[in-house]
Amino acid sequence: MTSSTNVSCFHEARRVAIFGGTHGNEMSGVTLVNLWIQNGKEIQRKGVETKPFITNPRAVEKCTRYVDTDLNRAFTTENLSAPSGDDLPYEVQRAQQINEIFGPKGSPEAYDVIFDLHNTTSNMGCTLILESSKDYFNLQMMHYIKNAIAPDSCPVLLTEHPLLKYSTSRSVAKHPIGLEVGPQPQGVLRSNIFESMRVVLKHALDFIELFNKGLEFPPCTVDVFRVSEKMDYPRDTNGNIIAMVHPNLQDCDWEPLNPGDPMFQTFDGTTIRYEGAGTVYPTFINEAAYYEKQQAFVTTRRETLAAGAIKKT
Amino acid sequence: MKQTHRITIQASAKDNRKHTSKIWQMEPVSLPALSRVALCGGTHGNEMSGVYLVRELQRQKLEKAGSATLTTVISNPRAVQVCKRYTDTDLNRCFTDAILSSPVTDATPYEVRRAQELNTLLGPKGNVGAMDLLCDLHNTTANMGLSLISYSVQDWVIMHIYRQIQRKITSAPVRFIVLDLPLADAYSQDSLGKHGFSIEVGPQPHGVVRADIFNIMKEAVDQTLDWVQCFNSGCAFEGGEVDNVYTFVKSVYYPRDPETNQIAAAIHPQLQDRDFCLLHPGDPMFLMFSGEILKYEGEEVLHPFFVNECAYYEKSIAFHLARKMTVTIPPLQVKRD
Repeated sequence: MTSSTNVSCFHEARRVAIFGGTHGNEMSGVTLVNLWIQNGKEIQRKGVETKPFITNPRAVEKCTRYVDTDLNRAFTTENLSAPSGDDLPYEVQRAQQINEIFGPKGSPEAYDVIFDLHNTTSNMGCTLILESSKDYFNLQMMHYIKNAIAPDSCPVLLTEHPLLKYSTSRSVAKHPIGLEVGPQPQGVLRSNIFESMRVVLKHALDFIELFNKGLEFPPCTVDVFRVSEKMDYPRDTNGNIIAMVHPNLQDCDWEPLNPGDPMFQTFDGTTIRYEGAGTVYPTFINEAAYYEKQQAFVTTRRETLAAGAIKKT
Repeated sequence: MKQTHRITIQASAKDNRKHTSKIWQMEPVSLPALSRVALCGGTHGNEMSGVYLVRELQRQKLEKAGSATLTTVISNPRAVQVCKRYTDTDLNRCFTDAILSSPVTDATPYEVRRAQELNTLLGPKGNVGAMDLLCDLHNTTANMGLSLISYSVQDWVIMHIYRQIQRKITSAPVRFIVLDLPLADAYSQDSLGKHGFSIEVGPQPHGVVRADIFNIMKEAVDQTLDWVQCFNSGCAFEGGEVDNVYTFVKSVYYPRDPETNQIAAAIHPQLQDRDFCLLHPGDPMFLMFSGEILKYEGEEVLHPFFVNECAYYEKSIAFHLARKMTVTIPPLQVKRD
């Protein structure tokens, strides 16, 4: 391979955080972070400060997704710049505190990397969530992780979208990475899901250690799924759901959904079919938390992203 | 229950062999018709199959099953509204005689008041005015397939319904779980009916409705109502044996860290999703976060169920253990006046 002179240089990733409990009932992250707060040996790497952190302790205590409002939607510019006060929803106050500790968002003082640990009731396996198609550091990390866990797969969900992108707790960092592992019911800890998350994080931290040592990562490509459209459940005039995700679509995250394929099944057994223009790849199929966000699943399109070579400054 | 034991001896003249067969036959039973049937969903507000099934039956205005009237109820509407198991306290533990007769004050939890309301609507428990048959719909995060749960294996109506469901439903394994408690201590809603049982279908995350799980529950309800109509119209159901009956023995609790009191392990991968399997002494039960394996140290081989049910974490219960048995049931027919 010819070496390219176009190498993107990044400062070494010295400050890394691992967030658990952004949603208080997503148990793998809560459990892992609590373990590492007690004994952080497993997450230590030479030259890296790795801070495990419970982002929404009140929600964790109640084993609920959130107390007032979804913390993982709360990191908007508006919320972060609002005058602080006890009258603000708990999660907005919490977002401001987190922004102070790990940010400020968008500034040079912000943490280098934040991993945000989540679970989903959807059959998404070990999904990595990428917020920007131009973050070469993150793309290289994801490329590294995917190779490390092969033949097991690690789909990458790209949430870069003018309308569908949301303001996550991890977005405070320069390089935000979401880990979404499922299927796991809310409030439940499954051993296999817990261990998968642990393994992915191990590889992620290995990558950071190698990067900090000065290793140059050559150009690479990463296959991703870019979010396209949010699909709601069919509802009646009162807003009640009148159909369920079809058995043929249930659990088929990342598999092609073609026009004409079954999509929903009404409670009395009628099939409703997908009527889009072309093949899409659905994900977040039947996520418990998204019923109230009017989302049965989200469609994605496959894309290959290129990342240039990277090395430490 | 009187049992007749008959031994039939057939001597074959040709080859001079004696053929002995034992036939256990219970005396036929006749019971009053089931004229008032109740179907309840949303007893736990985040167990979605029952919520949507009851709503669908209400949308279809299903009010009769043959000659029987059908009452459909969303048991805990406030919990359903917020999609939580309960608001103050677990409704499905509020139906003991003691709680149903406790005086109501300003401090009385919502679910206790609601239990007393439901007792008026569907009971009174133990009284001639109660629903003839009450079926309560539940989901579990445990891999339990289709389970019927009740307090007795000698309620012949329930046992025959179980047998029909077991014979007719192939989309999920079908089992019967019996909790050995006297009526006064029976704490769940189904105990309000003269004949009562719960239908528990899993695995399904709370807050989610899966089509496959919904369809299994719907089949079970359809078979129940079919059986009721058959029974009321005079069908004779033959006696025999029903298997896959599990009696609750004890609960197994999560190990906790002595310093932090936090749960210190997950259900071991070899036990996860293996409800009703055989758990032998020495089999793995828990995988500690430290990597250590905790093994089952009981003396008896038992069957785990409700393995990793979300709602039981707050009670610290990892799973229950049961003994498996077979039950003989008598021929059954409706009592003719």
